[in-house]
This record gives sequence, structure tokens and C-alpha cells, in this order.
Amino acid sequence: MNFILPHLPVLQVAIPLIAAPVCVLFTFGGHRKLAWLFTLAISWVCFLIAVALLSRVLLDTDISYAIGNWPPPFGIEYRVDPINAFVLLIISGISAIALPFARLSVEKEIETDRHILFYTSYLLCLTGLLGVTITGDAFNIFVFLEISSLSTYVLIATGVRQNRRALTAAYNYLILGTIGATFFVIGIGLLYMVTGTLNIGDLAERLQPLSDNRVVHAAFAFIVIGMGLKLALFPMHVWLPNAYTYAPSLVTVFLAATSTKVSVYVLLRFLFTAFGPSYDFVTLTFEFVLLPLAIVAMFAGSLTAIFQTNAKRLFAYSSVAQLGYMMLGVSLSNIPGLMATILHIFNHALMKGALFMALGCVMYRLGTVSLGSMKGLSRSMPWTMGALILGGLSLIGVPGTVGFISKWHLILGTLEAGYWPIAILIVGSSLLAVIYIWKIVEVAYLEKGINREEIVKEAPISMLAPLWVLVILNFYFGIDADLTTWVARNVAETFLGAGA
Amino acid sequence: MTAAAEILLPLNPGIWLIVGALIAVLLPQTLSRWFAVILPVFLIAFLFSLNFDNYGAISFLNYNLETFRLDSLSRIFGLIFLIASALGNLYALGDDVNKLQCSAALAYAGGTIAAVFAGDMITLFIFFEIATIASVFLIWARRTERAFTAGMRYLIFQIGAGVILLAGLLVHVSATGSIDFDKIGLDASGGILILTAFGIKSAFPLVHNWLQDAYPEATISGTVILSGFTTKLAIYALARSYAGTEILIWIGAVMAVFPIFYAIIENDLRRVLTYSLNVQLGFMVVGIGIGTEIALNGAVSHAVVHILYKALLLMSMGAVLLRTGTCNASELGGLVKTMPWTAAFCIVGAISASAFPLFSGFISKSMIITAAGEQGYWIIWLILLFASAGVLYHSGIRIPYFAFFSEDKGHDAKEAPRPMLLAMCIAAFLCVIIGVFPALLYTMLPFPVDYDPYTVYHVINQLQLLMFAALAFTVLKLINIYPSDIQGTNLDTDWFYRKGLMALIIFSNRHINTGCRVVCDSAVGIISKIINSLKLLGNNDGILSRTPALGSSIAWISSLLLLVLLLRFA
Repeated sequence: MNFILPHLPVLQVAIPLIAAPVCVLFTFGGHRKLAWLFTLAISWVCFLIAVALLSRVLLDTDISYAIGNWPPPFGIEYRVDPINAFVLLIISGISAIALPFARLSVEKEIETDRHILFYTSYLLCLTGLLGVTITGDAFNIFVFLEISSLSTYVLIATGVRQNRRALTAAYNYLILGTIGATFFVIGIGLLYMVTGTLNIGDLAERLQPLSDNRVVHAAFAFIVIGMGLKLALFPMHVWLPNAYTYAPSLVTVFLAATSTKVSVYVLLRFLFTAFGPSYDFVTLTFEFVLLPLAIVAMFAGSLTAIFQTNAKRLFAYSSVAQLGYMMLGVSLSNIPGLMATILHIFNHALMKGALFMALGCVMYRLGTVSLGSMKGLSRSMPWTMGALILGGLSLIGVPGTVGFISKWHLILGTLEAGYWPIAILIVGSSLLAVIYIWKIVEVAYLEKGINREEIVKEAPISMLAPLWVLVILNFYFGIDADLTTWVARNVAETFLGAGA
Repeated sequence: MTAAAEILLPLNPGIWLIVGALIAVLLPQTLSRWFAVILPVFLIAFLFSLNFDNYGAISFLNYNLETFRLDSLSRIFGLIFLIASALGNLYALGDDVNKLQCSAALAYAGGTIAAVFAGDMITLFIFFEIATIASVFLIWARRTERAFTAGMRYLIFQIGAGVILLAGLLVHVSATGSIDFDKIGLDASGGILILTAFGIKSAFPLVHNWLQDAYPEATISGTVILSGFTTKLAIYALARSYAGTEILIWIGAVMAVFPIFYAIIENDLRRVLTYSLNVQLGFMVVGIGIGTEIALNGAVSHAVVHILYKALLLMSMGAVLLRTGTCNASELGGLVKTMPWTAAFCIVGAISASAFPLFSGFISKSMIITAAGEQGYWIIWLILLFASAGVLYHSGIRIPYFAFFSEDKGHDAKEAPRPMLLAMCIAAFLCVIIGVFPALLYTMLPFPVDYDPYTVYHVINQLQLLMFAALAFTVLKLINIYPSDIQGTNLDTDWFYRKGLMALIIFSNRHINTGCRVVCDSAVGIISKIINSLKLLGNNDGILSRTPALGSSIAWISSLLLLVLLLRFA
């Protein structure tokens, strides 16, 4: 084993990358189940690697891995520190939990002859997200971002069997996502122009004397907007609701829990490692762009969610609001605020993973997730609906759930920054979450069931088990938040210490 | 396993009750109702088996939560809450309650008890809120339109107080970094907010309406259970964190006096008792405000005995309501013939409430009054004496007289059901035993007691007061001035208050109440208007919900880019 351990960083990306083309080989003979099993196994391997990396980083020091033995900054460097090890864990962990759920869900929602290609795209998407996170090279980030984005467009489009609007949703996302990626690569190009380096650590050093350089400012603007688009910062969120609504359940679970989080991570990386909050143009952007947009997002997202009639769309808009919380934490740029963002990357992955998975169960049994069809569903699907409500409590931020941990730090952050009216706004927007969760309670628990042609049964155990794992994690990390807060504090201190 | 055992065994008894509430839902109806009686009794034994210590420390968000702090102050409150819970649930056996109501009662008591044993403010807040939410179901369980709206108003007050508490807590924590639930005081940052929250929950004047508004609308057993917990928890919290805050003395004095007038004109006897509840809370708040050892002891012991005799009185009125279908003074009378036991227990409660020597009210109330005298608050001392006379008037005489002795209105009532009688009997027994052997209670108080209620001076003083108050009632009755059997709304012809005072009281009462209602209702109106306009934004065709054309989203993106680019010139 010893000869593998030093190569874990590259294996984290290389294994799913190589696995993707291998998965295509299952088309010979049409081994659909094997393809699923293979993807599951790869996911678990990735998860174990991520656990190993995180524990090494936390207990020991940051890892720097030079690809092909080209020393950084000349070659591509994979750099693992607590923040990206944490994000790697989230991505691979969600994938590992979601795949047992996937088999039946995919069976039901995607045309049979496309299953193997679906899993291939899924592996590529996983590769892309892991690669974006682990690499320490700015251009490499762009490359992996494109890998994940292109495969995401495909994954969303496979929802066509349920609803043909999946195609337009994928197309819209393709256009906007490409604009975002282009902005990002323009930003990187500009930085390369003035600094001559693509390594992020190296960039940070070389940017120090260039704080008045206009090219740097332009690069910053392009990167912030590009990533803002990818992470669906209001009002650049318009691709998100349709993409989440019409994608197959598994894709929604995976994307909602990981994809936007990775973009948040990239933004954090550039804001705090490459640029640093000591520059005027960074703090001005925080104050005049990110902060107001974040607050508008909190309210606009939740308000729109309240009026939705499709449960997936409802939670998609709620994601817009939740991303507002994350951006709010960033824009405060103090320790508790940043901690809230980092915690919420993790916590939101848990809650949205659970919520969309519960909706996946509903989809599996009913073939639709419109609120009208869920009337009285708590009686026929008690475990699914129970999970949905518990996940909803976490989304609201009820004490004892992970949502509370994030909001607590966020409120402390606003108070520390002296923005106490914003603290009130946070509580206010949480009340909006109460309303839309209550809508579901009302529909599923209080209304009479509708007459259905056939009796609706509870979702199968292979779908319920992963769902409840996520629900329990929502409560576990809401009560024992030591690990997550420790990582978050560690990261927040590094980020702010580096900039100060 | 040992680690698990170490965490589980000294688990806050309140948490056990909340777990019990969940179990109660799963049990069959009858079993669940008995379970609700037995569980608190077990927990009482459990409580006595533990030594004073901080148990159940868990770490949460880098704060060390003390989920179970057992000291002399929390033990006595926890104990009386457990007793009240057992008695209330026993009483409920005679009422037609379903298991959901049982479960709500257990969760309510559990939340309150868990909050009492909380050693830090986060735990306190969490369980306070659990108690609040559970309690409103006891009101809604009446299933009338009035109960529903009263419950809503109750919820608005309580949640509002909870939000203020949270705000105060956050300000306090971010300024001091400490979450300890100990002495806070007004000068600490967030101190005023936290006091306001506790003040609303303990029904300070002007924010007291939720109490008289909601409690009498609850179910028969619901009112009994409600009367014990929320306000006394707030009293506990005040004693813990605001002992010796002088403003509380004056607030308490106002509290002890002004509800008396309402209590006298009110026709619904259960509502009379809620006004009287408010008066007694005033006594406790005065004791806390004085803050000396004897005063605090007095406040605590008054809370304990008051829970017992108020529950007893409400139980007897509940039994009357159950058997006759009304609780209005003008429609009751002569029930002593058909409900002799209920009448007897009611009289014990009434005598305890009016603080007759040898009954429980005497040994606690006189401590507070004595403490006021010792510290030289003579005005307060007089006010409290006046309030005591008032209590005798409306709780001690008016309640039993109108229900059981005045002119027979021909109700064909039966004696109360057995479980109710048993609950009343136990409560009455406790009232007497505490009154006769005050040492039983005194040894459990937070401070050592060197106070003897049965000195000649105290006894004579109290008897004089009681006799003159009783005399006044008798005289008024004999010369037929006391307006006995007319509707409560007509009582404002009462000669004593005729010169404007009464009108003022009714006026202010009506306006405080309607004021609150108007605020609540207009808030609802405004909110629904806002919702309608938001619908235009958010519903399927709304601006926020539509999927905009790609061109317009790209326009947004480029304008944002421009904004960020231009910021460098800012």
C-alpha cells in the first residue's frame, strides 16, 4: 500500500477519469446492472481516497503533488489543504450515498438503452468536480470545469423521458454555463498576461505588487461574474430552476448537493487565496455587489419557492436562497461569516441531498412531484414524507439540525461585522422557509388523499436507506458539529490570515 | 457502553418527558393516558436519587452546553413541575382527552422542565420554544373557533417573546462570549432584551393579555396544566438571572394590584383565576426584585405553593364546568349539595390562596411581604397587603361562594369524576401539609431559611387582614350592595368603583385587549396584502418565477460584470 499513498491526490481524479471510458465498454452485451455496480464501486473508492486525504491533511500538513514530477509552478500542481479536502469529501461522499439510490431511480426515469452512457457521463461529471477541487492550477480548474459542465448538460438532457423540457433546460444551461466558463477563462487569461503564472499559490505572490493594475481588476471581475453564474448567484440563477426540475432525480440530487458547492469553493479560492481580502477592489465587490445580491437572493429565492407547485422546482428556488446565505457569509469576510459559508457548503449538501432524494422516491412511485399529486401522501409513503419533513426542518434551521449550525455562525458573523439588521433579515428569510416547508406538510399530512388508480406503496428499501442515511447525518452533524466547525474555523482562519 | 450509559443516565428529566411524549403517541389511548401520569412520578424518584452536579455536558458549536444542571434552585422548580405534571395528567383522566393531548401535555411539561435544568442559554432557549409549541395544542384541543384564535394570539405573544429572547441571547453571547445561564442583570449587553422576553412570558403588566386571553379558552384539563408551567418557568428564569433588579419590585407591585380589579368584575370564574394568577406572579416578581435571600426564598416557595393551589382551584372550576357546562358566576350557585367533595377541595384551595395560617399560601406569601418590610420598601409592603386582601376577596371568597353557595340555579350536576377528585385531593393534601409543616418546603429552598411564619406577629397580622376583608364582603352582601347574580358586564355599578375608576378599568381593559387584537388582525391584513402582491412576483407567471429569455439573462450578466469593473473607480 505504501507505494500508493503518495499518489492518492492524482488517483482521486484519475480513477473516475479512466473509469468513464471503461464504463462505455459495458455496452457490449448491455450489462446495465454491471455498469451501475462499477460506478458504485468507483464512487466508493473515490470516497475512501477523499477520507484518507482529509485525515492526512487535518492530522498532518497540506499535500502538494506535482503531476509528472514537474515541480510547481512549472508543472500542474495538485494541492490538497483542509478546504478542498473537505469539498472532495462532500462530492465523493454524496456520490457514494446517492449511487445505491440510483439503480431503481435511473431504471425508472431514463430510457433503457441510455443507461450505460448515463453512468459514463456521471463518472465524467464526478471526475470534473473532483478535478476542479483538487487542482492548484488555474487553467486546470477551467479544464475540469468544462469536463463537469459538458457532462452535466448531457445528464440533464437525459431527463427527456419524463419531460421534454429537459432539453431546453439543458440547452439554456449550456449557453449560460458556457458564458460563465468563458468569463472565467478570460479572467485567467488576463491574470496569466500580467503574472505569467497559472499556479494559484504563485499567482497570490505575484499579484501582491500589482494591486493597482487595471488588468488584474478586469480579471477579477471576469472571474467573480463567471463563477457567480456557475454558482447561480441571483440574478444569474435563471438556468438553475429548470435544470434541477427537469433533470432525472439522481442528477438533481448530485448536482444540487455538489456542483454549485464546487463553484462556491472555486470562488473562495480565488477571492481569498489568489486575491485576498486586503485589496480594495475585493472588499468593494464584497460590499457593493456580493452582499446586496446575497440578501436579494435570500428573499427572492424563498419567496419564489413559496409559490411553486412543483416540489423539485420549489427546492430549486430554495437553493438559490441558500446560495445567498453562502455568499452573504463570504461577503462578510470575517471568521464566523466565512465559517458559515464553509459549513453551509457541507450542510446544504446534506439537506438538499436528502430533500431531492426524498422527491426521487416520490417520483419513483408517482411519476410526478407536483404538490397536487402529493395530497395525503404521508399515509402511503410515511418514511419518504417523514424524511422530506425532517430535511425541511434542517433547511429552515431548526436547532438540532445542520441548518441551525450554519445560520448560527452566519448571524454571529453579521453581528461581528455590525450588520445587525442583516441578522434580522436572515431570521426573516428563514421564516419564509417555514412557509414553504409548511406547504408540503399541509399537502402531505393534512389534506385528504386523492383517489389513485392503483395503490401507492412506500419506496423500496434501496432508495429509502440512502435517504435516511442523509437525514440522520443532517441531525448527527447538527448535534455534534465539532468536526465540521473545526474544519471550517481552520479554513476561515487560513483564508483571512493569508489575506491580512 | 459505559460512555453511553454515562451520557444517558443523568439525562435531563425534561428530555425523558419529551421522549415519553413521543412514546405516548404510539401507545393505545387508555395506556397512554395512564403513562402520562406515571412517568412524572418515576422522574420524581429519579430526581431525588441524584446529587447536585452538572450532568449531561455536551459540546455544541464550540460551546459547552450544560444540559442538566441540578442545584437547589433548579431542583425545587423541577420537582414542583413534575408534581404538577403528574397531577394535571391524573386530572385529565377524568376529562375526555385523546392521546395527542396527553402527548402535548407531556411535551409541554418536558420542555419546561428541561429548560429549568438548562445550565446554558442555548439549551434554555431550545426547550422554552419546545414548551411553547407543545402548549398551544392544549388550547387548540378545545376545538372551538374562539380557542383557535385565542391560541393564535397566544402563539404570537410567545413566539414573539422567543424571538426577543433569541435576539438578546445573540447580543449577549457575541458581546461576552459566554452562554452561561446565570446572573445577567440589566447592565449586561442584551440584558434588556432578555428581561423583556422573560417579562412577556411571566405576564408583566401591559404584556399580560395573552394569559387571560388564552388560558380559559383551553380544554378543562388544558387550563389546569397551562396554569403551572410557562409563567413559573419565566419566574425561575428571572430568579436565576435578574435577582435584585430593582425595577422588578415596582413592576411586580403593579402586577400584584391591577388585575385585582379585573378579577372582581370578571364573570367567568376560570378567567377570574387567571387574573388572580397574574396577581400572584406579581408577588413573586417583587420577591425577585428585592433579591435578598429571604425574598428569593419567598418568591421560590410562593411559586411552588401557588402552582399547587392554583391548579387545585382551576381543577375544581374545571370540574364545575365539566358537570354544568358553564363557569360563569352569574349562572352558578348551590352546587355544594351536588358536588360536596369538589366544594371542599375548592375551599381548601381558596383558603390556601388567601394565605390563612396553617395553609400553604401563608408560609410563602408572608416571606415576601416580610422581606419587603425588612428592606424598608414600605409602599411596596402596603401594596402587597392590599393585594393580599384583594386575593382573599376574589379567590378566597368569591370563587367558592358563587360556585357552590350562592342561590341555587338548578343545575342537575353530578359529583366530579373519580380521577379528578383524586387529583384535587392530592393537591389539597399538599396545600395543607405544606402549610402545617413548612419545614418540608423550607429545607429545599435555595438559601437556608431562618424564618418562622408562625410567630404571633405574623399570624395576628394576617388574621386581622383576612378578617377585615371578609367582613367587608359580608357587609356588602348583607346590605345587598354586592352585585351577586347579575351578568359580569353589569358589575360596573359597584359603588366602590363608581367614581370613574371602574369605567377607566373597563375602558383600559377593553382597549388593551382590543388594541392587541387590532394589532394582530391588522398585521394579518397587511400580511395578506403583501402576500397577494408577492404572488404576482413569485407565482408561475410572476417575474421571479418565469424562465426569462436567454438574451435578458445575458443582459443581466453583462451589467453585473460592468458593475464590478466600474467599482474600481468608486
